[in-house]
Amino acid sequence: MKKQFLSKEPTNIIITGVGGQGNVMASRVLAGMLVNAGFTVTIGETFGMSQRGGSVMSHLRVSSRSVLSPQIPQGNADIIIALEPVEALRVLSKYGNPGVAVLSNSRMVYPLGVITGEFMYPSLDDVQSIFAKLAAKHWLMDATSVAVELGNPVLSNIVMIGALAGTSLLPIDRRAFEKEISKSIPAAKRAINMTAFDKGLKMI
Amino acid sequence: MNKLLSPAKTELLCMGNEAIARGALEAGLNVVAGYPGTPSSEVIERLSEVARDRNLYVEWSTNEKVALEVAAAASFAGLRSMCVMKQNGVNVASDFLLHLASSGTRGGIVLVECEDPGALSSVNEGESRYFARMLEIPLLEPATLQEAKDLTKWAFELSEKIRNVVILRSVTRMSHASGNVICGRLPVKSRTARFIFDGSVMDPLRGPVVSTPVVIKHGLQQKKLETAAELFEKSPFNGYYGSQKPELLIITSSACFLYSREAIEMLNLQKRVGILKLSCTWPLPQKLLKKYFRLTKKIMIVEEVLPFLEENVKVAAMGMMKEIGGKTFFGKMDKTLPSTGELNPEIVATALSNIMKVKSKSLPADYVREMQKVAAIIPPREQTFCPGCPHRASFWNINTALKLDGRDGIVCGDIGCYSMASLSPAVGFHTVRTLHSMGSGTGLASGFAKLQAFGLDQPVMSICGDSTFYHAVIPALINAQHNRADITFIVLDNAGTAMTGFQPHPGINQSAIGEPLPSVDIAGICEAIGAKVAVCDPFDLEATSKILTSFMAERGSMKVLIMKQACALSPEKKGRKQYQMSVNEELCLGDNCGCNRLCTRIFRCPALTWDRTKKKAVIDEVICAGCGVCYLICPQKAITRTEAAR
Repeated sequence: MKKQFLSKEPTNIIITGVGGQGNVMASRVLAGMLVNAGFTVTIGETFGMSQRGGSVMSHLRVSSRSVLSPQIPQGNADIIIALEPVEALRVLSKYGNPGVAVLSNSRMVYPLGVITGEFMYPSLDDVQSIFAKLAAKHWLMDATSVAVELGNPVLSNIVMIGALAGTSLLPIDRRAFEKEISKSIPAAKRAINMTAFDKGLKMI
Repeated sequence: MNKLLSPAKTELLCMGNEAIARGALEAGLNVVAGYPGTPSSEVIERLSEVARDRNLYVEWSTNEKVALEVAAAASFAGLRSMCVMKQNGVNVASDFLLHLASSGTRGGIVLVECEDPGALSSVNEGESRYFARMLEIPLLEPATLQEAKDLTKWAFELSEKIRNVVILRSVTRMSHASGNVICGRLPVKSRTARFIFDGSVMDPLRGPVVSTPVVIKHGLQQKKLETAAELFEKSPFNGYYGSQKPELLIITSSACFLYSREAIEMLNLQKRVGILKLSCTWPLPQKLLKKYFRLTKKIMIVEEVLPFLEENVKVAAMGMMKEIGGKTFFGKMDKTLPSTGELNPEIVATALSNIMKVKSKSLPADYVREMQKVAAIIPPREQTFCPGCPHRASFWNINTALKLDGRDGIVCGDIGCYSMASLSPAVGFHTVRTLHSMGSGTGLASGFAKLQAFGLDQPVMSICGDSTFYHAVIPALINAQHNRADITFIVLDNAGTAMTGFQPHPGINQSAIGEPLPSVDIAGICEAIGAKVAVCDPFDLEATSKILTSFMAERGSMKVLIMKQACALSPEKKGRKQYQMSVNEELCLGDNCGCNRLCTRIFRCPALTWDRTKKKAVIDEVICAGCGVCYLICPQKAITRTEAAR
């Protein structure tokens, strides 16, 4: 069944965002696609309190061989998928390394400290140049606007998964996505998710 | 088909809690009860989805002690049952657990407790493994997701073999991790229930179930523990991974097994370090330990959080010192590993590299410098109430009433999302000054109120959520009423156990599987004990404020205010805006208003943000939930609201 190969064994993926952005759903769908492709996947997640407007992070470890720790060691991420740009930086500054690929949504969700004026939020130009410095490959894209056009901002997580497929960093494609959501998403919502995936795919 | 019903040999992507649920189904579970708490809630949630298919009785009980009693009744009647809770739930259940363990059980019964090292979603990092030792109960700790399923199934067999309750302990990184799990068979037959009590008190299967005569029953309980230890000696759930001549032996359990294995790989120490993974951790299998103690003189114990395994391993080693010789131990007691917070592969690798004198691979120095520069400019993201959360409005009301009253009033907090009102900085809705266990806010308030005789002249309030009210507040409330405690008690009723995912509670008119049940009215209970009760909508700031100020002015008795407004994430509200919000830029005076940016500094809603160029408030359309409350707080009336199209 293992027809597909990973470019790195194991491949460490971090999906990050702000509570309520559909982080957990994105990690489940991606992991499901990889399990269907015959890989062993371990996901580490924190939810609960962190749902309430805090930073959320899912660690996905994909292997052809073994079960791994649900926590990726620092400095060891291979792919970072961020639903919010400052969360991309937060993860990059802890789990980054010269080989990392970063795929980030550009739509900002301001932390309270920024709203109150205690902290500064870096500009998108700054974000872009940090990516250039710390990542081997990087993409910054406005997935939220695409999702809003589709009628629901939370679809930005699926737009990002589509974009991920477009990068060819992982052995996943449109068919794999279609197969996975046929199991995990109610029939009425599949078409809109396919559209979101396709829009993301085209953004790369 | 629900994935928990998959046929044997199916490989599933399972969360740890789903693996535990599947293991229980494979064991032929009949009854499951519990109280929601992160990271344990999904076990019962998933089981409730297959209750009809598998002929299960699923119950969200009022608290963990009651849940264990409900599960025990099923065991006494010969069924297989399970009780699920988070770590501090075991404290609540512990009084009954002590007596249950001495009376013994019949059908297999497993207490699943999910702990939260690092307190990722708790206000404690309590250790419940010590209950197993203190109350003399066998303890199992799965180390992989596959084992979470397999060990759960075996726990029922063990419980039935020794006729006593068994504890299965998980942690956040197990319960909320996901991975590949291969299913076993689901049994075809279900048991029938019958409670038999025609035998003598000494007959474990036919007599009344009691813990007396105590000393004799205590002796029997200890025999059961010895039987468990013998089974543990040969259990396939304990195993050794490594060479036959390791320099260092790691003894570990639970998710720490995965951290240890990864740390060894990170440092390339596969030949020099071996791992004895124990999934049966109380009582410890002594012969098995002896066999592996002999491999080397150096032993490190890796576990979370307190040195429970370390203490027990050291006691065992002391007892067999003559045969195994002296050992050097590394662990928490000598500070090789921290005894607070959770572990991870790096922490274990750092300890290993110190003991084994090897260097770990590190990133290029200039890259690390760049990472540090980035880390320094990232704004922190504090936890907060969601946009549209009724708690933000409730605490706004409470804060306003306290300020108007001006006597430095005390607010005692409780456990729920509203615990966030205890966070610093203490501005806006951050008004809670004590935070402990469920129900303790009202007990504390009851105590504070009696300190008037010693000169305490501050008004006293306590708050709790609707689910917490039923769980543990009622006794404290009766105490306050009976002792004439002058307190204002506030229920933040958001129509469900919101923080853990909207599990029903006794105030909701349906069961865990959605069947209709009578609801128990909070206001009715408070009135029945004689308290003065009012109900309000916290989004109506004016009306709420009036009641609160009048309650605080009324001295000498307990007043109850129930603030009713459903959670913004509740299924009936989520994604539906009541109002379309906007800021009228001409009316907003920004920094010159004189309000000190009440909207964005004090109200602190993530959807009400600040435009730095225009220096005016602005609504973030994407995350605004349309509750309309910020319209009420702007002194300039610059924030406008219009009914949203439905």
